[in-house]
Parts: sequence; structure tokens; C-alpha cells
Amino acid sequence: MKTLKKATFSIGGLLLALAPGMAAAQDELSAGDTAWMLTATALVLFMTIPGLSLFYAGMVRAKNALSVMMQCFAITCMVTILWVVYLYSLAFGDDISGFVGGLGKAFMAGVSTDSLTGTIPETVFSMFQLTFAIITPALIVGAFAERMKFSAMLWFMALWVTLVYAPVAHWVWGGGWLSERGVLDFAGGTVVHINAGVAGLVAALVMGKRRGYPQHPMKPSNLVLTMVGAGMLWVGWFGFNAGSELAADGVAGMAMAVTQIATAAAALTWMFLEWISHGKPSALGLASGAVAGLVAITPASGFVGPMGALAIGFASGLVCYLFVVKVKRSLGYDDSLDAFGVHGVGGFVGAILTGVFVDASFGGAGLEEGVGIGSQVASQFIGAGATIVYCGVVSFILLKLIDAVIGLRVSDEQEEMGLDLVLHDEMGYNLH
Amino acid sequence: MKLVTAIIKPFKLDDVRQALHEVGIAGITVTEVKGFGRQKGHTELYRGAEYNVDFLPKLKIETAVTSEMAEQVVEAIQRGAATGKIGDGKIFVSALEEVIRIRTGETGAQAI
Repeated sequence: MKTLKKATFSIGGLLLALAPGMAAAQDELSAGDTAWMLTATALVLFMTIPGLSLFYAGMVRAKNALSVMMQCFAITCMVTILWVVYLYSLAFGDDISGFVGGLGKAFMAGVSTDSLTGTIPETVFSMFQLTFAIITPALIVGAFAERMKFSAMLWFMALWVTLVYAPVAHWVWGGGWLSERGVLDFAGGTVVHINAGVAGLVAALVMGKRRGYPQHPMKPSNLVLTMVGAGMLWVGWFGFNAGSELAADGVAGMAMAVTQIATAAAALTWMFLEWISHGKPSALGLASGAVAGLVAITPASGFVGPMGALAIGFASGLVCYLFVVKVKRSLGYDDSLDAFGVHGVGGFVGAILTGVFVDASFGGAGLEEGVGIGSQVASQFIGAGATIVYCGVVSFILLKLIDAVIGLRVSDEQEEMGLDLVLHDEMGYNLH
Repeated sequence: MKLVTAIIKPFKLDDVRQALHEVGIAGITVTEVKGFGRQKGHTELYRGAEYNVDFLPKLKIETAVTSEMAEQVVEAIQRGAATGKIGDGKIFVSALEEVIRIRTGETGAQAI
């Protein structure tokens, strides 16, 4: 049960351990944990730049390839500055009513070479968490790719990480109300993926379709880049999931193993489904399935065993395939690169199934005393549902506000010419 | 004189060149082209989005020959380009009024 306790509150719990009076015993730096977390932090940053950037750049048309890479890169820089100024404090500062952190850590106040979070330096903890705050808004880019103004994108992301990401991260990991309710989200299935997916869906709905969608072909410009990016995401995800244990221990090892298993299972599921329904397996399908599996195993990674991972992999491959390939087309909205279809839907599948496969009878770490699968799944629904509603409403308001003040979309003519040229005076590809 | 123009599958270029070489043709012009015929196009599928590609890549070969050679040349191209499958292409033979070698100013059969 000791391990379960630790797993259950991996991030929030370590923070709670810092509360006055509880800290004394744990406040000792572990060189092993620190070495791993330094590495994990680099791996998670590597997921956004260049992993996700390449994954996205290859899927858009050639005239917009640079624009999505630049959006991911600029988000990385901007969120870093906001993080240092106040975001870290909003997410992980002293709890205010379970909703958000206070401003006590603004400007990294009190974070020195001697500060510890659990067994690692607080600098490492803060930078590790920063890389999550970077990739979440970067994921949203996929939903409105090829049509959003760069200035509007920056405004939206700055406000979104402040008003949506920081509170939701606090709810789950900063000692907020969802962690108090026993919601399990090991590495961010809810905070990162449902959050980004829902914001992406709302952005796609508010902004409308790309010109000519879906009548005109919008073929990916370079699926080689997409495959390279997907591979980088997979590698980096070991930092994301196994790093979320914040220690180099057995739970981190299991998180790594289940990440590998679920990803492979989801990728093959998507590939074979496409092979059966279309007659040929595709590279984009294989990569899409892999990302769906990575997303779905994220909340479960510190809690489930290898067989749970296999089941979550198959389930997410199946559900995301059906959603992206079949359902989305019939709904008619234009989530350009399936930020919602893969991250929102995959995150939801993972969040719910975490509540099932955490049970010891499925080889998981086991539920808390007195908690059954049914009530754990109910908690998981509450966590996912609260995030969907809060993120959906606030994202909608922010987008409408920005649209009214500076406009969200480029003009039709600019969209036709491509964002690389009209917004950045550059071309991603100068082949002629 | 005749101008022989053939549309062939790109991967058969080497076979056609070889066949033409065997019947003594000294020069050809090759152009990358796109088009459609009975073969139709193909379908591409990206995450469920299906796109029909109507125009397929082909090669256009042109060679000027004497009237006596024309039949042999046509046979050589046919031999080199045929796979027996739909989409092998076509050969057009048209009358050619004049040929001029730019360097020397030679005309007619001498310039071929």
C-alpha cells in the first residue's frame, strides 16, 4: 500500500509532502532521482521542439509548413517567460480553495539551488512541469492550423495557459480539488490531452473550416517529416510518463514499460483497421495510432500493469480510428490535424480506463482502501467532465473575445497564398 | 519523314531506349507529362480523407525518322513499352515537313 499511496499522488503528493510539518523526513536530495529528472525534462521538451513541430509540419500543405513549426517554437518561448513570471506559481504555489495556486512563487521567488521538491531540486521540478505547460498549448495548434493569425494565436495561448492550463494543472497535480477527490491522472491525460483536445475542438468550431474543406484536396506536404516527428514524440514520451513519477524507481520503470506496450498496440490496431477497411496499411495511420496509444496510456502509466496497457492500447487505437476516420468526416467540422480526435478522444479513453485497469485484478497498482472500480471510474468521469466543461467554456470566451478585438483568421486571400509567405515573409520550402 | 511520338509508362524508358538503339535510332527527346486515358487515376487516403488523383505521370518520347524507318521504330517502341496491362500508352505517327540541323544547316533526311 505504500507504493500505491506514492503512485496515486505522485506529483501532488510530493508537493503535499512539502507542507510545513510534513517535510522533514523527505527533504533529502537523491542524485539518482535528480539525474533521471534532468534527462526526463530534456525528453519532454524534445517532444515539442522538434517532435510535435515536425509531426504537424508534415501534415499541413507546403505553403503552411513553416507556420506551424513557428507557432510551436514561439509557444515554447512565450510559455517559458510566463512560467517564470507567474504561471509556475499559479499551478504549484500555495493552494487557494483547491482551485489555483497563489502568487507566492511569482518570479520564481524562493527557488534557489538549495530548494527541493521531494527528492529533486525545485529548479528541476519547475522546468519539468514547464515542458508540460509548453506542449499542451502546442498540441492545440493542430486544430486551427493553416488559417489562424499569428498575433491572435499568441494572445489566445498566453490567456489560455493562464486561465485554463494553470488552474487545471493545479486541480490535479498542485494539491487542488481533483486530486483531493482521488482522480487518477499520472502524467496528464486530463491536464494535457483532454484539455488541449477540447480547446482545439472549440477553436475549430469558433474559427470555421479552412477554405475549400472538405471539397478540395488538402494533402499532407511531407509525411516523412510526420513519421520522424511521431518517432520523436514516442521517444520523448518516456520522459513524459516515466518522468511523472519524479523519481528513478520501480513505478517509473513500469510507466516506461506500459508506455511502450500501449503505443505499439494502438499503432498496430489503427494499421490493421485501415488495412481491412481500405485495403492498404498507411504510414500516417500507423503514426496516428501510435500517438493515440501514447495519449491514452498517459493518465494510466504509473497505475496499470502490462496487460492493462495492452487493453488501453487496443481500445484507444480502435476508438480514435473510428472517431478520426469515420465520425469526424460526418460531423463536418475542420479539426485540421485531429488535435481533438487523437488527444481529446484518446485522453478521454485513457482517463476512464485508468479507473478500470488500476485494479489489482488486472495487474494494476491497486485501488485505495474501500474504493471499487465503479466509484474510481466515476471519479475519472468527474475529472474528465470538469476539465471538458471548464476548458470548453473558458476557451470559447477567450476565442470570441480575441475575434472581436483583433480577429482570429487571416483573410481569404492570405489563406490561399499560405501563412508562411503572408505572415512571416518566408517560405518553408524553396524548391524551385 | 515521320515524327514518332509515344506516351509510355515512366519505368519502361530504359527498355524503350534500348529497343530504339537496336534499330539504329540515334536520338530521342523525353518529356515528363501527366494525363489520363483508360487507366484512370488512383486514390490517396489520409486519415480517412480520400483524394482522387486524375492525372498520372507518363513520359512523352519524340523521335524524327525517315519514312522507311517509321514502321520499325513503332515496333521497337511497342516492344519496349508493353507490359500487357492497361495504361501502357500510345504511339502517334505524323508527317514531318522539314528537319534542320542547327549547327550545320543540313536539312531533310541528312539532318535526322
